[in-house]
Amino acid sequence: MKLLTGNELRSGAVTWWTGSGWSLHVEDAVDVGEHGEAVLHTEEGARRVNAPYIIDAVATPQGPRPAHIKDRVRALGPTVRPDLTLKPADPAAGDWII
Amino acid sequence: MYKYDHFDQSIVDARVAEFRDQVNRRIAGEITEDQFKPLRLMNGLYLQLHAYMLRVAIPYGTLDSRQMRMLAHIARKYDRDYGHFTTRQNIQYNWIKLEECADLLEELATVEMHAIQTSGNCIRNISSDQYAGAAADEVADPRPWAELLRQWSTFHPEFSYLPRKFKIAVIASPEDRAAMRLHDIGLELVRQNGELGARVFVGGGMGRTPMIAPEINPFVKADDLLSYIEACLRVYNRYGRRDNIYKARIKILVHEIGADEYRRQVAEEFAHVKTLGIDPPLAELERISAFFAPPAFDAADVEPDRSDPDFAVWLDQNVKPHKQAGYAIVNISLKPIGGIPGDASSAQIDVMADLAEQYGFDELRVTHAQNIVLPHVAKRDLHAVWQALREAQLADANLDLISDIIACPGLDYCSLANARSIPVAQKIATRFADMDRQRDLGELKLKISGCINACGHHHAGHIGILGVDRKGVENYQLTFGGSGAEDVSIGKIIGPGFDEDGVVDAVEKATEVYKTLREGDERFIDTYRRVGLEPFKEAIYG
Repeated sequence: MKLLTGNELRSGAVTWWTGSGWSLHVEDAVDVGEHGEAVLHTEEGARRVNAPYIIDAVATPQGPRPAHIKDRVRALGPTVRPDLTLKPADPAAGDWII
Repeated sequence: MYKYDHFDQSIVDARVAEFRDQVNRRIAGEITEDQFKPLRLMNGLYLQLHAYMLRVAIPYGTLDSRQMRMLAHIARKYDRDYGHFTTRQNIQYNWIKLEECADLLEELATVEMHAIQTSGNCIRNISSDQYAGAAADEVADPRPWAELLRQWSTFHPEFSYLPRKFKIAVIASPEDRAAMRLHDIGLELVRQNGELGARVFVGGGMGRTPMIAPEINPFVKADDLLSYIEACLRVYNRYGRRDNIYKARIKILVHEIGADEYRRQVAEEFAHVKTLGIDPPLAELERISAFFAPPAFDAADVEPDRSDPDFAVWLDQNVKPHKQAGYAIVNISLKPIGGIPGDASSAQIDVMADLAEQYGFDELRVTHAQNIVLPHVAKRDLHAVWQALREAQLADANLDLISDIIACPGLDYCSLANARSIPVAQKIATRFADMDRQRDLGELKLKISGCINACGHHHAGHIGILGVDRKGVENYQLTFGGSGAEDVSIGKIIGPGFDEDGVVDAVEKATEVYKTLREGDERFIDTYRRVGLEPFKEAIYG
C-alpha cells in the first residue's frame, strides 16, 4: 500500500493523509493507491503540510506499517525517548519500529 | 566575555523582526516552502523527522549564566524541557513550532544570542578551545581572535553564498582540544621571536571525504590575519565546485589543485586584500581583548580533601589543571551511563548556570565533545561543585573514557541519518558501565555518526562507528585509529559492518585485544598504531 505523509506547516509534526484530511496517527492513514500524486499536488497547493511525499507501507491488523525504518521512526517518535513518542504509556511501542 | 555593542544588538533585533515577517508570510500562504526554506535555514531552523529543529549559536562555545538560564527557559517554554549540545559547541532544540519561533528568537536576542549562520553555505559558528583563558599551555587567549572572526564573518556580504558551509576553529595551545585540523580553516596561534601570529591550516574536514588540513602558512602575523583569511575565502569562493555538492567543500579544492598552488593563489590574493585595510586597528583589537581579561583570581592554593573516593575519582578524571594557582578547570559530563550524549534537561542547564554564577566567575563553555566546562573554579570549592553536580546527576567521572561518547542525533531525530546513533552509544556505555573497567582502559575516544555526513566525528574516533542503511536495515561500520587531537589522523574501516548488538560486541573485543597487547602507558590508539589492525581484526572477525 501507499501512504501520503508530510509535516504540519505550523508545528512541524508528522502527519498522515486520511482520505479527507490529515492525522498525527499513522493508524488513520489510508492507501492512496494510484491517486497519491494527485492528492499530493492538491495538498501542496493548500500549503498546510510541508514537503508531502508518498511512501510504501504494509497493511497489518494494527494498521499501516511504513516499509522504511525512517518513516516508522517518524510515525512513532524517537526510540530513545519513549516518553516523547505518541505512545508514552506503552513501553513496548518501540518494538514496532525495529 | 564579549558584550554586544549597539551594532551587534541592532542587527540581531532587525533579523528577528525580518524573520517574524517571513514566518507570517509563510503561514499565511504568501510564500511557498521552496521560497521559505533558504530563509528559515539562514536563521538556524531546520525541518527534521518529528518537528522543526532550531540550532542556536554559542560563539566559540562561551556563555554566561544569564545566557545559560535563557537556554533552559527556551527548553521549558518552547521545547520539551531539554536541549542537545552539539559538536559545534552549539545547542539544538528538537521540537520547535514554526509559529513560535520568532518569539523564541526575540527572547534569545535579549541575552545577546541568536541562530544566525547556524545553517547554510556561509561561515558557521567559530569554534575554539574550551579551556581558553584557563589552559596553562596557551600562548595567547584565542577568544579575542574567535570574536574578531565572528564579527568579520557575520553577514559578510561576499561570503553569504559560498559553494558550501565553512567552519573555522581557533586554538592557541600545542594540545588541540578543538579538532582544529579537521576544519575548513584551522588557526593555531603561535609566537615567533615573541611576535604573535598564527599557523594557518586550510582544507580539513570530515563528511564523506575526510581530510586533514595541510599547513598553508607557518606564520601569519596577527596584524595580517584577517586579510589572510579573507584571501583564503576569496580563492575558495572563486574556484570552489558549485556544480557538485559532494565536491564543493574547500578541502576538495585544496586537494585538487594541491596545497602549493592554493598557497600561491592565496598569497597573490592576500597582496591585493592587504591594500583594502580590513585588518582592525590596534585600538579595536584592544577593545575586544578587554572583554576577555582574566577574572579576579584570589583563592589560596589549597588541595581538596580526597577522602571521599567518588569525589577523588571525579577529581582525577574530570578536573584539569588551571594556569592560575588555586584554581581548576571543571568538566561536566553530559554522558551519563545509558543516557543520550549531549542532552541536558532544563533543570540541569539551570544547575550549571547557578554553579557558574556561584563558583565560576559566571562563565561556561560548551565542548565539541558535547560536554560543559566551568573554566575557573577555586580548588576550595570543588567539593561543593561536585556535590551539586551529583545532586543533578551531572557528576559522571568519565571524561575521555569509553563512555564519554560523541554521538550525533542519528535516525532518532535527523532527516539525513541512515541509522540510529544514540542507542548504540547507550549500549556501549552500559556495557562498560563499571568505572574501574573504564579507567583501566584509559583514554579511548569513541565517536558515532548516523550517516556519512559525520556530525558524530566518527572519522576522528580512536574507535569510530558509522551507521549505514543496508537494504533498509541499520548496519554499523567500525573504524580504528582516528584522532581529532594534535596527533590528528583519519580512522580506517576495519572490515564488514555489524548489526547494533554486533558492533557493541566488536568494540568489547577490540578493548580486550588492547588490554592484552598494550605496553606501558599506551592508550588504545597508541597500541593500535604500533601493532596495526591485524590482531584486532583477527579477534573481531576470527
